[in-house]
Amino acid sequence: MQHYNMNLTLKVWKQKNGKTKGGFETYPVRNVSSEMSFLEMFDVLNEQLVSEGKEPIAFDHDCREGICGMCSMVINGRAHGPWSQNTTCQLHMRAYEDGDTITVEPWRADAFPVIKDLVVDRTGFDRIIQAGGFISVNTGNAQDANALPIDKQKADESFAAASCIGCGACVAACPNASAMLFVSAKVSHLALLPQGEPERMTRAFNMVNQMDTEGFGSCTNIGACEAECPKGISLENIARLNREYIGSMLSGSKVEGMA
Amino acid sequence: MSLTGLFLITFLIVHCYINAQIFYNDGGARFTEAAHFMGTNFLIRTVEIGLMGFLLLHVIQGLALWSKNRSRRTNRYAVNAGSATSPWYSRSMALLGTLILLFLIMHLSKFWAPNRFSQITGNGEKDLYHMMKEEFQTAWVVGVYIFGCISLGWHLVHGFYSAFQTLGLGTSRYKGLIKTTGIAFSIIVPLIFIAMPVAFFMNWLA
Ligand code: HEM
Ligand code: SF4
Ligand code: FES
Repeated sequence: MQHYNMNLTLKVWKQKNGKTKGGFETYPVRNVSSEMSFLEMFDVLNEQLVSEGKEPIAFDHDCREGICGMCSMVINGRAHGPWSQNTTCQLHMRAYEDGDTITVEPWRADAFPVIKDLVVDRTGFDRIIQAGGFISVNTGNAQDANALPIDKQKADESFAAASCIGCGACVAACPNASAMLFVSAKVSHLALLPQGEPERMTRAFNMVNQMDTEGFGSCTNIGACEAECPKGISLENIARLNREYIGSMLSGSKVEGMA
Repeated sequence: MSLTGLFLITFLIVHCYINAQIFYNDGGARFTEAAHFMGTNFLIRTVEIGLMGFLLLHVIQGLALWSKNRSRRTNRYAVNAGSATSPWYSRSMALLGTLILLFLIMHLSKFWAPNRFSQITGNGEKDLYHMMKEEFQTAWVVGVYIFGCISLGWHLVHGFYSAFQTLGLGTSRYKGLIKTTGIAFSIIVPLIFIAMPVAFFMNWLA
């Protein structure tokens, strides 16, 4: 791939904190290399802002290799930008051309309030996990790896669901700001394994309940979440969550936080 | 949503089958016979009350769901992904549903309401076949029916699949089957309905 440099115009959401109203600021960025990642481009812009005595743009990031899920940005209307199964840190500037204008916004959902600029509060996900995304095991030495025989297909499906990095792109992309894809991944990777059995009848109910309490919307099967998920979590998991949910409703055991 | 939607789909099949009797082109004889059974059978009339209740429930639930989901993103995006991540009709269920509802109000007040009123007031059943024949001479009425049926078709392209997914049946094994059946259903049933006013308008039926 040919290397090239480009000049860009960035329109970035600036917001002092959760209480103030935000707005867009326009920044010219010059000489951006096509080989930079999107976050490196932001680093260059921030250094430029600091050297001009201006306030840098606050954004979340950590691993910069697509595994932590921190780099939340909606880029020209797309969660994590235009590439599929990709995080912002893995998006490279070769996706853009000289002269492009790029609009960058935070994840927008009332359940993900803005902390500052592009940084949002995603602790709602932690509370959903606390409501049921766990298993009860005895402490002590790790069990022998093959003590529990597990169907290969189930192990694979569970592993695929467990690849969810909790980034929240599904919520950002969903027109209803629903967290169903996230919850379905977290329910699925446990529901498919024998280790998940003890809490199985209450897990889906409690986690969906917590999702509603946090103010996420309800799923209407639009599928924008699946299209934007960096880890390719499939809608099949939502179908499984619905079965698990109907199961826990029918069982009648709605025990809150049974741990 | 899912259960009321599926109930309405079942109703559509019955309604479509009964009305398609007009295509025997027998001056409405078979249609009138079937309509008479549907309009007077005790069991059917009881189910009809359920149907009205389910329709109302579906509308109320649907609009409540729409407004609740809208309120979950107070600050909206400046740039939207649009059809890059989801088809337009899946995002427009409340709009399509409202169009169907407006159409239904007109449709029921043309045929169902006058017929039941006549029955209740002891004047017997109306001649629905000739009422249709007369109504569908007017071009704009036929136009509204075509528009209503197209709205229904788009509502169902998403609704049919969505109802099964909500019930947890959208597994890799069945998803393709559900989607294909849903699309076929959403094209065939509205087309048969559209053919009715068009056939009367074009004077294809005696
Ligand atoms: C004969 C007419 C109708 C049929 C057969 C029908 C069928 C369906 C079906 C199967 C669904 C999917 C349910 C689910 O996702 O679980 C649905 C959803 C919906 N319907 Fe209808 N419907 C009809 C009329 C209406 C009307 C009159 C409204 C009026 C507002 C309406 C509003 C909605 C809404 C807002 C949804 C959205 C739920 C979602 O996005 O999943 N529908 N409909
Ligand atoms: S399901 Fe996908 S988009 Fe949603 S939190 Fe997990 S990894 Fe992110
Ligand atoms: S910074 Fe960790 S996934 Fe992007």
